[in-house]
Amino acid sequence: MTRQPFILRNPSALVVLALLAAFTLAVTLMSAAYGSGVIPTSTVKVLGKTLCLALAALAMDLVWGYLGILSLGQMAFFALGGYMIGQWLMYARTEAIVAASLSGNPIPPTAQELREAVANQIFGVVGSADLPLVWSFAHSLTAQLVLVVVVPGLLALVFGWLAFRSRVNGVYLSILTQAMTLALALWLFQNDSGFRGNNGLSGLQNIPGLDGVGQARLSIWFLWASAAALALFYVLAAWVVGGKFGSVIRAIRDDETRVRFLGYPVEGFKLAVFTLAAMITAIAGALYYPQAGIINPAELMPIASIYLAVWVAIGGRGRLYGVMIGAIVVSLLSSWFTGGRAPSIHLPGYTVNWVDWWQVALGLCFVLVTLFAPKGIAGIFDRLAGILPPRRHGRDLGPDQGALQEQEAKA
Amino acid sequence: MTCRLIALLLSLFLVLPAAANPALEAVIADHLDQIERPSRRTVEPLVAQIAATGPEGLGLLSAWAGRALGVTETGRLVIVAGDGATDAVTGQAVRGADPKMLRPNAGVRGVIESALVAGEVSSPDRARRAAALASIARDGTPEHLAALRAAAPDPDPALAARRARIEKLLAIRFDADPAARVAAIQDMAGDVGLDFRAALNPLLATRRVASTEEPQGANIAGELRVGSADFPREAAVALLTAQGLIQPRLTAADQRNALAAHIVDGRVGGVSAAELSDPQARDRAYEALEGAGTVPPAATEAETEAALADIRFFDIFAEPEAAVTDAARAAQRGAEWRLVAMKGIDLGLDALSLASIYFLAAIGLAITFGVMRVINMAHGEFIMMGAYTGYVAQTVIADRTLSLVAALPLAFAVTFAAGVVLYRLVIRHLAHRPLETLLATFGVSIALQQLAKNIFGTQARPLTAPAWLEGAITLNDVVSISTIRVAIFGLALLFLGLFLIIMKRTRLGLEVRAVTQNPGMAASMGINPDRIAMLTFGLGSGIAGIAGVAIGLFAQVTSELGQQYIVQSFMTVVVGGVGNIWGTLAGAGLIGVLSKVIESFNPSNTLAAQTFMILFIVIFIQFRPRGIIPQRGRAAEA
Amino acid sequence: MNRTISAAAVLAISTGLAGIAWAQEGEPIKIGVLHSLSGTMAISETTLKDTVLMMVERQNAKGGLLGRPLEAVVVDPASDWPLFAEKARELLTVSEVDVIFGAWTSVSRKSVLPVLEELNGLMFYPVQYEGEESSKNVIYTGAAPNQQAIPAVDYMMEELGVEKWALLGTDYVYPRTTNNILDAYLKDKGVAVADIFVNYTPFGHSDWSKIVADVVALGADGKKVGVVSTINGDANVGFYKELAAAGVSAEDIPVIAFSVGEEELSGLDTTNLVGHLAAWNYFQSADTPENAAFIEEWHKFIGDDKRVTNDPMEATMIGFSAWVAAVEKAGTTDVDPVLDAIVGVEVPNLTGGTATVLPNHHLTKPVLIGEIRADGQFDIVSQTEPVPGDAWTDYLPESAVLDADWPGKQCGMFNTQTTSCVQVQSNY
Repeated sequence: MTRQPFILRNPSALVVLALLAAFTLAVTLMSAAYGSGVIPTSTVKVLGKTLCLALAALAMDLVWGYLGILSLGQMAFFALGGYMIGQWLMYARTEAIVAASLSGNPIPPTAQELREAVANQIFGVVGSADLPLVWSFAHSLTAQLVLVVVVPGLLALVFGWLAFRSRVNGVYLSILTQAMTLALALWLFQNDSGFRGNNGLSGLQNIPGLDGVGQARLSIWFLWASAAALALFYVLAAWVVGGKFGSVIRAIRDDETRVRFLGYPVEGFKLAVFTLAAMITAIAGALYYPQAGIINPAELMPIASIYLAVWVAIGGRGRLYGVMIGAIVVSLLSSWFTGGRAPSIHLPGYTVNWVDWWQVALGLCFVLVTLFAPKGIAGIFDRLAGILPPRRHGRDLGPDQGALQEQEAKA
Repeated sequence: MTCRLIALLLSLFLVLPAAANPALEAVIADHLDQIERPSRRTVEPLVAQIAATGPEGLGLLSAWAGRALGVTETGRLVIVAGDGATDAVTGQAVRGADPKMLRPNAGVRGVIESALVAGEVSSPDRARRAAALASIARDGTPEHLAALRAAAPDPDPALAARRARIEKLLAIRFDADPAARVAAIQDMAGDVGLDFRAALNPLLATRRVASTEEPQGANIAGELRVGSADFPREAAVALLTAQGLIQPRLTAADQRNALAAHIVDGRVGGVSAAELSDPQARDRAYEALEGAGTVPPAATEAETEAALADIRFFDIFAEPEAAVTDAARAAQRGAEWRLVAMKGIDLGLDALSLASIYFLAAIGLAITFGVMRVINMAHGEFIMMGAYTGYVAQTVIADRTLSLVAALPLAFAVTFAAGVVLYRLVIRHLAHRPLETLLATFGVSIALQQLAKNIFGTQARPLTAPAWLEGAITLNDVVSISTIRVAIFGLALLFLGLFLIIMKRTRLGLEVRAVTQNPGMAASMGINPDRIAMLTFGLGSGIAGIAGVAIGLFAQVTSELGQQYIVQSFMTVVVGGVGNIWGTLAGAGLIGVLSKVIESFNPSNTLAAQTFMILFIVIFIQFRPRGIIPQRGRAAEA
Repeated sequence: MNRTISAAAVLAISTGLAGIAWAQEGEPIKIGVLHSLSGTMAISETTLKDTVLMMVERQNAKGGLLGRPLEAVVVDPASDWPLFAEKARELLTVSEVDVIFGAWTSVSRKSVLPVLEELNGLMFYPVQYEGEESSKNVIYTGAAPNQQAIPAVDYMMEELGVEKWALLGTDYVYPRTTNNILDAYLKDKGVAVADIFVNYTPFGHSDWSKIVADVVALGADGKKVGVVSTINGDANVGFYKELAAAGVSAEDIPVIAFSVGEEELSGLDTTNLVGHLAAWNYFQSADTPENAAFIEEWHKFIGDDKRVTNDPMEATMIGFSAWVAAVEKAGTTDVDPVLDAIVGVEVPNLTGGTATVLPNHHLTKPVLIGEIRADGQFDIVSQTEPVPGDAWTDYLPESAVLDADWPGKQCGMFNTQTTSCVQVQSNY
C-alpha cells in the first residue's frame, strides 16, 4: 500500500496551522506594541497563556484520548516546566540586581559572595539564606532549558515505569496520578524543599537582559513563541497518532490485553507516549509562567489537572483540534465569567451573579456533556464530516463485558 | 461644670466615712494610677500592701481579679455586682455611678489570686478550695508550701489527695531541708505526671563551662569529652570563643571589611583592589597586612588545638545539693521507660482516631467502588452535605444533644436521597465507563461545592459537640484523647458491624454480593442489578453524610471539608483493596498509623508528614497494585 | 442618603457596569478595587471591597475630591495569585485607575508588585504582613511585625510570664517570616533554642490532636508555656476545638493569635476560648466615638446589624483617608506628586489616636492586645502609644542594616552601613 503524504492524511492540520497563523497575525496587528493597540497588553497575555493551555490539552489528549490513561496529574508536569524556567528567570534577574548593587563596594565581590547575596535576595523573603541544592544549575539558561524537559520527562518515566510494570490501570491509575501531583504539590509547599514554599517563584514576567523591551512587546513575543510551539507540537502529535504507532496506541486504549497477546511491548508504548506528553506539557508550562508572572504550588493541586481533563472532555477527546478548542473556549469563558464582567441575570426575587454561579453552571454543563455528548465539541465537526461510530450490528462488546450485547449495554 | 461640682461634693462627703479603713484609703490614693494600669512585673508589692489592710482590702482584691472593680470619675474604686455598686473602701452602696471597669490582664489576675489563695485553702466552700489548689499548682511559691502545711486536713478525699500531691511537689521545689526534698522525690519516683516532671527538670538543668581544672564547690553533672556525639568539636570551639578563651576565626565578612578599611590608592597589601574578587588574592592581601602589623593576626588552627588540649569541659547543675540532683536523676530514669511507653500509647490512640476518621470517610466510597467499580468524586461533597445538615439541625434545635440525635439520621436521609438521585440521573447512564463516571461525578462535585458556598458562605460554620462529648478521656498527663474522637471511633466500629450484618445476614447483602461477583448471573437469578446498585449507592452516600456530621464536630464545617478527605479516602480504599470491608479497615489503619508515626519523627513539619505518607502510598501501590487484601475470583478480573 | 439609590449604585459597580451620574462636575476619579470576590479568600476580602465602596460613597456625599466624583472599578482576582497580576495590569492600563486598594495574602501582593512598579501604579495594602519590603508604589496600612508580633510577644513575656514558646503557623510566607523574626527576637532576649518549638501545618489542617499534645508536653520543663499562633483561617476552628477538648485553659497555656479576629471567631463557639488572646491594631470593642460612628455607618451601609468590623477594615479606612488627604495636598491624582505628598500625612484612626504615613510607606499604629470574650468580641487589656512601622526588622542581621526612605533617599532598601541603595525595585 502506498502511503499518502502526511498532509493529506491530516487535512485538519493545515486548517489548524492556518487558523493559528491568522490568529497570531491578527493579534499582532491589533496589539499595542506592533499595531493599532485595540487589544491591551493584559489581553495579549491572556491569549498567549490560553495557547499554552491548549498545548497542555493537546498533550493530555495524547495520553487520554489516544492512549486511554486518564492522567489526573498532568498539571504537575506543566508546573514543573514552569518551575524549571522560573528558577533561571529569578536567579538571573536577581543576580543582575545584586551585581549592580555590590559593584558599588570598594572591594569587588567574590563569586562566593555574589552567590550568597543572590541566595539571600531570593530566599530572604521566606526566611532562609542558603541556595538549596536544587538551584545548582539556576545560573545557566541552557541547563534550565534542558531541565524543563528532562525533569518532568524523568518523573513521567519513573512513575510510568513503576505503574505500567505492575499493571496498574483504569481508575487505579487515575487515582495514583492524582496522588502523585498532590504529593508533589505538598512537597513544594514546604519551605524546606527549596522552591520558596507557598510564595513560589514570582516576578517571572521580567526577562533578564531584556529590561528595555517592555511588557507590551514581550507579551507579543511570548504569544508568537506559544503559537509556534502549539503549531509544532500539533504537527508532531498528528504525526504520532496518524501512523502505525498511532494505531498501536489506539489499540492499547481499546483492549490492552489483546495487543499484549499480539506481541507488542505494551508497557514500552505506554511509557513512550506518557513521557512524550509530559515533556510537551512541561514546555507549555515553561511558556505559560513567564506570561503569568508567578508560579506557586497551588498551580499543581489535583484540581488543576482535573480542570484540564474537563477541557479535554468538553472539547472532545481523541480529536486533536477538538481538545484545543475545548481548552481555549472553556478557559476563556471561565475567566470571563469569574472576572466579574459578565452581566448578572435578574430573576424575580433573586439575582444570578455569575461570579457565584459560574462554577455550578460549569459543573452541570460538564455532566451533561459526559452524558449526552461524549465526543464534545469535536463531535459537531465529526458529524459535519460524516464520521460516525462503526455500526456493530448487535455484536458483543468484547471479552470484558461478557455476553452483553450492544443493545443491552446501551439500555 | 455643675455636674463636676456635685461629684466633687459627693466625693468629699464620701471621704469622711472612708476613714473606716484609712490604710486602704491611703494605698489606693497613692497607687490609683497603678491600679488602673497594672503590670504583672510590678503589681506584687501593691497587692501585698492592699492585702495587708484587712478584709476590705481582700474584698477589693478579689473583685479586682474578678473584673468587678471599677473606677468612678472622681477616682473612687467601686465594686460592681449586677446593677448595684458599692464603694470598695467603705462598703457603702454607690448610686448612679457610671464607673469605668478595670480589666486587669491574666498575668495580674494570677498575681492577685496567688496572694489571696493562702486563705482560701481552708475555705468551707469546696469549689473555692479546688480553685485555690489549681492556682497553687499553676504558680506555687514557698509561702504556699507553708500555708498548705499549716492548713487543716481537707475533708474531701479527692481534694485531700490533690493537696498532698501539690504539697509534695512544692516540697521538692522549695523545702529548706534537702532530706525532705529527697524524700519527696523518692516518694513520687516513677510518676509520669507533667507536674512531677516539671518539678524535676529544673533541678536537673545544667550549664556548660570550660575551665582548666575541675570547678570547686559546684555540683558537677559530668565532664564532657570533646568530639563525642553530644559534644562535637565545633560546639567546644564555639563555647571557648563565647567565653573569650580563644580568638574567633576570621570570617569572610571580617576579612573583607578589614581589607576595605585599608585600601590606599586602590591597592591594599600590595594587591590591587580590582583583583580582590579572587579569594586567594584576598588572603594574600590580608597576610601582607598582618605582616605589616596593620591588622591583628587571626586565630590559627594551632591555637585552637592547644586550647582544646588544655581546657576541660563540665556540665554543672544549677541546683547546689548533690543529694537532691542524684535523687531527681534516679527518679527521672525510673520513669523513662514508662514515659516512652505512655507516649507510644498516646501516639497509638491518635493513630487509631485518625484511622477511624479515614475509615468512616472511606467506607461509603468502598461500598460503591467495590460493588460498581465506580469512583464517585462527589463523595467528598456528600460528606460536606452531612456536615452542613448537622449545622442546620443545630441552628433549628437549640439543645445540642437533641440536635445531634436528629442530625445523624437526617444527614443519612439527605445524602441517601442525594446519592440515589445522582445514581438515577448520571451514574446509571454511564455503566461500564468508569473513567467517564469519574469525570461526570467530578462535575457534580464542583457544582455542589459552589452551591454550598452560595448558600452557606465561605466562612466556617459552627458545629459544636454537646457538653458530654466535650473534654477528653485522660489516663494520665501523657495519655489522653478527646471524647469526641472516642465517639467517632465508636461510630466507625458501629458502621463496621452494621455493614457486616447487612452484607452477611440480610437478603440485600446477599444480592449485593451476587451482583458484585457476577452481575449477569445475578440478573438471570431474578435479582434486579439496577435496583441493587441504586440501593448500595444510596447506602454508601448515606454513610458519607453521617461521617460528615462526625468530622464537622471536631473540625471546621466549610464547603471545602469534603475535598480535604476525598483524596485520603481514595487512598484508603485503594491501599486496602477493593470490594472488601476488611481491606478498607486495613487501609485506614495503615494510613492512620503511618501518618502519625511520620508526624512524630518530625513534629515541626506536619506538611512533610503528609507528603511522605502519600509518597509511601504511591510506592506501595506499585508493589501491591490490588491493595493489602486483594479481591479474588472472577470479580477481580473485571 | 437614599438607600435604594446607593444599593443600585453598588450593584452596578460590582458588576462592572459603572456609569452613574453624580452631582459633581468633571471626569470621575477612578479607584481600583482588587479584592477576591470568589475562591478561598473571598470571605475576608469581600468585606474590604465593601469597605472601599462605603468610603467612596462617603467621599462622594462630601462632594467628591478636587471637585470630581469618585468611581470605584471592582475586579475579581478570584483568589488566584497569577490573576492578581493580570487584573492589576488591566486596572492600570485599561481602566486607567488612579489608585488601587487591594490584595490580602502576601503572595498576592508579591504577584501584583512587579506590575505596580513597572507601570508606576499606587496600591494601598491593608493587611498585617511579614515586613521585609518597602515598595515605592505601595503604602502598607496594616501592621509590620514590630507593630503586632514583637509587642505581642513582649506582652506574653512581661505580663503572662511565658518562658517557653510554641510558634504554630500555617505553612506560608507570613508565618514563616514572622516566626523567623520572633525566633531571632526571643534568642536576643535570652530564650534558649530548646525553649522554642516551631510547627507548620498545611492550610485548612484539621487533625490537631498530636500538635496540641506536643504543646502540652512542653510544660514538662516546669516553665510557663505560651503559644504564638499564626494559624490562618479555617484551620483555627479545629485547633481551638482540640485545645478546648484537651482542657487547656488560657491560664495554663495562653494562646496569642495574629490572624484571628472578630470575623474568624464568628465561626466558633467561643465559650471555651475565653481568655485566649489576639494582637491587632484595632478591635471592634474599642471604646471611642470615632469607632462607634464607623460601626454604625458600616451597619447602615451593609444593611446588617450583626456584621462585625475588624482590623483590615480599619486599615482600609485609614489608607483611604490618607490618600484623600494626599490628593488634596498635591492637588492632583498623579502617582508621583501624591506619593510625595502622602508622607507625613496624619489621619485619625478608630482607637482614639492618629496614623501618620512614614517615609518607609508604613504607618504609625497603636498595638492592642485583646482577650477573647464569650460573645466573640475582645476585651482590650493593653493598648500602646502609636508605634512607627518598621519595614526592615531590627532582629535579623541582614535586615537590621536596611532602611527605607522614599522621599529622602528614593530607595526602599537602603543599606545604612555602606550608605548605598541596594536596589530600587522590590524583591518579589
